[in-house]
Amino acid sequence: VCFIPGGLDCSISFVSQVLGKVCIHGRQKEILGILVPRLIDLTNSDCIWQRICWRLLECVPDRWMEAVVLGFVQRAPGADILSRLLGNLVLKSKKAQFVVTQKMLLLQYGHVTAVLQNLLGYLSLNSLRRTLLLRVLQELLETWSSNSAVKHSPPEQQLYISKAILICLSHLKEPEIESCRQELLTSMMEGVKCHLDSSLPQLRRLGMVVAESISLKINTEGPVLTFEYEEDDETRELKSLLVQTPPFCVVPSLPDVIPEIEKAEAALPLVPASNEKPHTAAAVMPDEESDAELDSDDDLIPYDMSEDKELKIKAPLYIRDCIEVLTGSGSEDLDKWEATIKALESLVRKNPAAIREVSVELAKILLHLEEKTCIEGFVELRQRAQVAVLTTDPIPVAKYLTSQFYSMNYSLRQRMDILDVLVLAAQELSCPKFHGRTKHSGAQKPCSQLLPGSDSSNDWRRIVDERIKSKTRRFAMGQSHVELASRPNEFSSVAGHFFFPLIQHFDRPLTTFDLLGEDHLVLGRLVHTLAILMYLAVNTVAVTAMGKALLEFVWALRFHTDSYVRQGLLSCISSLLLSVPAERILADMTEELLETQSWLGDVVEKDPDGDCRRLALQNLLLMENLKKKLEAVPS
Amino acid sequence: MALPPPDPQFVLRGTSAAVHTLHFSCGAPEPDTPLLFSGSENGFIHVWNLKTHRVDTALDGHGRKSVYCVETMGDKNRLLSQGRDQRICLWDLAEGRTSVTDSVFTEHVGFCRCSLLKVAQGRWLMAMAARSLEEVQILELPSKTSVCTLKPEVGAKLGMPMCLKLWQLSCGSQPVLLAGYEDGSVVLWNVSTGKALSQLVCHQEPVMSLDFDSEKARGISGSSEKVLSIWSLNEQQNLQVYKTHKLVNAGVSDVTIRPDKKILATAGWDHRIRIFGWKKLKPLAVLDYHTGTVHCVSFSDHSNPRERLLAAGSKDQRISVWSIYAQT
Repeated sequence: VCFIPGGLDCSISFVSQVLGKVCIHGRQKEILGILVPRLIDLTNSDCIWQRICWRLLECVPDRWMEAVVLGFVQRAPGADILSRLLGNLVLKSKKAQFVVTQKMLLLQYGHVTAVLQNLLGYLSLNSLRRTLLLRVLQELLETWSSNSAVKHSPPEQQLYISKAILICLSHLKEPEIESCRQELLTSMMEGVKCHLDSSLPQLRRLGMVVAESISLKINTEGPVLTFEYEEDDETRELKSLLVQTPPFCVVPSLPDVIPEIEKAEAALPLVPASNEKPHTAAAVMPDEESDAELDSDDDLIPYDMSEDKELKIKAPLYIRDCIEVLTGSGSEDLDKWEATIKALESLVRKNPAAIREVSVELAKILLHLEEKTCIEGFVELRQRAQVAVLTTDPIPVAKYLTSQFYSMNYSLRQRMDILDVLVLAAQELSCPKFHGRTKHSGAQKPCSQLLPGSDSSNDWRRIVDERIKSKTRRFAMGQSHVELASRPNEFSSVAGHFFFPLIQHFDRPLTTFDLLGEDHLVLGRLVHTLAILMYLAVNTVAVTAMGKALLEFVWALRFHTDSYVRQGLLSCISSLLLSVPAERILADMTEELLETQSWLGDVVEKDPDGDCRRLALQNLLLMENLKKKLEAVPS
Repeated sequence: MALPPPDPQFVLRGTSAAVHTLHFSCGAPEPDTPLLFSGSENGFIHVWNLKTHRVDTALDGHGRKSVYCVETMGDKNRLLSQGRDQRICLWDLAEGRTSVTDSVFTEHVGFCRCSLLKVAQGRWLMAMAARSLEEVQILELPSKTSVCTLKPEVGAKLGMPMCLKLWQLSCGSQPVLLAGYEDGSVVLWNVSTGKALSQLVCHQEPVMSLDFDSEKARGISGSSEKVLSIWSLNEQQNLQVYKTHKLVNAGVSDVTIRPDKKILATAGWDHRIRIFGWKKLKPLAVLDYHTGTVHCVSFSDHSNPRERLLAAGSKDQRISVWSIYAQT
């Protein structure tokens, strides 16, 4: 498309309409792929062309404006170029303003970060448009800090909004920050609260990163808010958005971009080679004493020093001694206390008969044990000791632990510890070969994170995936070789004792503990625990009864708002389908299963959380396999 | 074939409390009895008769608060003791008296032992930790006038002074102070000017105890870690690390060099006393008798070398007395 400059007054509304119509028909890529680079070149230095471009876009009819603007924003290689191309389009056209400030930021979330950078950079480059920037920031913050948005919107959307907020913040100048400091502060406080309340670690981290960034911006002097969290690629990427590289690169077209980068690198100040400060005392080895000097020490004959070894505090050898040390008010001998803790697990495993006499007492002591000195790995040591006690004498200790789970005056951490211990012990009992070494060799943060957080849920899914593909039932969890000699499944006699007490009282709130209310984190963990217990109960006698109870439990909670809980419920269904023998499912649970199937279908389509949808789909597949298997069996 | 380590020559019992400090006074010629002074956690100072191995006198001057330093000033009739009641007491023990003649209120709540140096007949300098966290005060005794206060510079972050040693190269020369601090460094101070001459980071943990040999211009310090650090002082009054020695178990509560500068002894948290040759820090013996942390070691000042003794006081309330390497 070539125009003859020279004072002619052309009307380009025809071109705009063609452009709009082509874009709305879905041919954005093709036409803009040619048009945009050409326009970039033309508008580079020529003001007339710039105005022509603006006029072109302004004349696009409203009903096609969205497609065109979207295309331009996506195609422009930088915010300043977008600014050149669009001009003040957002101020002149209401539709364009709506698309840019509302639709692309709040209603859509599929765009890449570069598009966000373009868009928000474009808004920031002109003083007239900056008011829009501030308004956009306010609306983004409103969404970010709204409780229901955090709970119900998909994590991808929340990530998108967080990125947008960070980019906005990076564009704000001091006076602007001053003017909206109070609002920033209030939204930050509210938003942080909602985010930290969430059960998904990703959302918590998002909240923390954004809050830190906001705090950094509004408190330039004085203490800033910092959180402790694990850095990963996502957080690093988010943090990098806060810093804007200067948008004023003079070279727009591609071939020139590379020398620009080189120039920028060269301009980075070299880290000055730091002179090592001479220590006031350099370690100077004096010259070797001249051998000529008589060693008058020679007449001092050393004595035998072979007994001089490291001092080791002996741990007690008997369980009752251990109990005494652990409960003792004699807090003086902390060395002994430490040695006891370290030796406890092996002592428990070596003396099963002695443990059975004192199992409940020991379990009680361990549940309430607190760190007296700073031992490395205290939590793990305690947990291993608890698991050892539980596996040695399962029934009474399980009874004790499950009853304590629902008792008053325990901290959430203690309740979740109970769940962890039950799971680990169940795993050990059902696969007796693996206790001791294998459990801890591969696990990241070994025992305490066995319940699906963000890591182990991947393990879960992997396992379920494998199962679906292979359609065979394996006995060992995650192990591929089964050459080990078979031993009776010790879990079968006690599975019920682990499972049923946990499922009994979940709807009875206590003053300090309300599973269905605030403590939904513990509910989530409980549900995951039940899923694992169900899974490990394969081939046990109680499995059918467990399955029925579990199905009812899931049914009661299926509409829970917390996505972590819903993931757990779906894992429960998976384990149920995998563990309960097919015939029994068909015989005892047909109607429930059909209802579950329709619920799963709903989840696959409408649940906002991606993991839930995936799990639901897997469950439907499992059900399909089940049906096929049953049909394949000749009756 | 090395001989097994010797047994203690005798053991003094009867303090009924952990022993924190020991000091011999055996220099007087016969018929004066050789004495050993010990300070305990129950606030008593026991005067042991080394001939009868019994307590001659028990001094109670610190209100039942632990006594962690005892020294004699000149002869055995003048005693100085420091306790956890934040006081330093001067005693007059001549002719059977047991009275406190004077006391200094230090306001120091830590465990830093004071250090005495005789500068002239009847005049002493005493270095002690003061009330302010990082400061060391030098007093003149018996007048109790303050000579100077040694303050580390602002931001030095040395922590509390843990151990002190006043010395002078020869009679009449400038007295200097070596101080070990909580952050593991040893600082050399010039007492007259009140300025620090040199600082050396010897340890990663607090310096528990130090001792200095002014003839060789070399000192040794022990800490709560496993390393013994030997450092030297060069002509420019700069401290430099000379050597380090790694121990089997961590923790040294006291280190002392024998007056003839041939051997030194360390008191360990692992209940053992270690003897080293001072020249090259050759390990000589490990004396394993006590069943609790050894808090202090001290060499006797017998004029007859063959009678020299080593005493160690421990948390197990015993004082073990050894005769080791007395023949050299």
